[in-house]
Amino acid sequence: MFATASQTIGPFWHLIDDPAWFDLTRFGAEGERIAIEGRMTDGAAAGVTDAAIELFQTSPARSASFPGYGRTATGSDGTFRFVTIRPEPLSGPAGARGNALQAPHCGIAIFARGLLKPLFTRVYFAGEALNETDPILALIDPPSRRPTLIARQIAPARYHLDISLQGDAETVFLEF
Amino acid sequence: MMIDTTPFRALTPDTQPPYLAPEYRSTVLRSPRSAPVAIPQTITELTGPVFTAPQFPPTDNLALTDGREALGERIIVTGRVLDEDGKPVPHSMIEIWQANAAGRYAHPGDTHDAPLDPNFRGSGRVFTDQNGAYRFVTIKPGAYPWGNHHNAWRPNHIHVSLFGPGFATRLITQMYFPGDPLLDLDPIFLATPDADARNRLIAAFDIGVTEPGRALGYHFDIVLRGRHATPMEN
Repeated sequence: MFATASQTIGPFWHLIDDPAWFDLTRFGAEGERIAIEGRMTDGAAAGVTDAAIELFQTSPARSASFPGYGRTATGSDGTFRFVTIRPEPLSGPAGARGNALQAPHCGIAIFARGLLKPLFTRVYFAGEALNETDPILALIDPPSRRPTLIARQIAPARYHLDISLQGDAETVFLEF
Repeated sequence: MMIDTTPFRALTPDTQPPYLAPEYRSTVLRSPRSAPVAIPQTITELTGPVFTAPQFPPTDNLALTDGREALGERIIVTGRVLDEDGKPVPHSMIEIWQANAAGRYAHPGDTHDAPLDPNFRGSGRVFTDQNGAYRFVTIKPGAYPWGNHHNAWRPNHIHVSLFGPGFATRLITQMYFPGDPLLDLDPIFLATPDADARNRLIAAFDIGVTEPGRALGYHFDIVLRGRHATPMEN
């Protein structure tokens, strides 16, 4: 059997949107709360105003108070915002590449009109020493594109990550 | 919690649509120009969110809103969610949304000049059972025009969103209806190169699912990525 073909989420997916889902801490999670915000743009540098962005993280460990998953809609200017718990370092991929610790990160999935299948990427956090040795960031060549996955700190516990679907500053997307 | 660290298999070429499909105009400015970077699957990709019905309450009858029946042809959609080895995906959340019977979404962005139905909101959520089976009741969505090209019409479809066991199994797709003449003209449907893969997006009419005097039945199985076989299974 083959996995079912993906199809676009389309422009009217907000019928399933629950605005509360931007906050991954809403079930009473404990830990350091951080905000992750940014703006998504297309190949003409216009804001992507109808996308769904999903955030998934396995640290802190998932539980009833922290399912580790959030989703938000981009706004009329392409901006988005999540509130979550700061992740800890994670074990690395098994196998030949060794078990180098992964820097704190969250997985990101992007769905939108014009995307027939999701785009996957990650958000890392500026200032984390492990970013320098992260086994996934290390796969991105040229290294000059790695910062497209690293959110910059704009205030205490507040991070900013722009996502460019296409163009000179195009975000690095991942396949796994 | 036990974590299955067996990686998910790669998707089979041509059974999935590309990012850039120029016939579907919105892909032109939204498809990355650089190929994605292949990474090994780590705990972030091998595991996924866990949804429970108490936190994410099911809504399995889209045809009924506050006790009032939506307009349209009532249908039952049922099937199983399986992995590529045919194993059921149990207790997994499915989100559903669609246009009303006239081909209009209950969405402020939908400007199609077709009537709204006050008794149809068009969204639902169900969970698979221990055998991977799911079922919901709705009305058959109408076709609607869109601006992609001259005289463009989307075939009747229901949007379906699935999570499965890992972030790598996340899937959003569309369920189509058999015999729809718009399928052969639809650049979204046609974007998947493999014809068999496309045709698996079309539900089967099922008289066994059909309920006498009440609703037509459709069967639609959904397959999520499977894991690599372990030596034990060979």
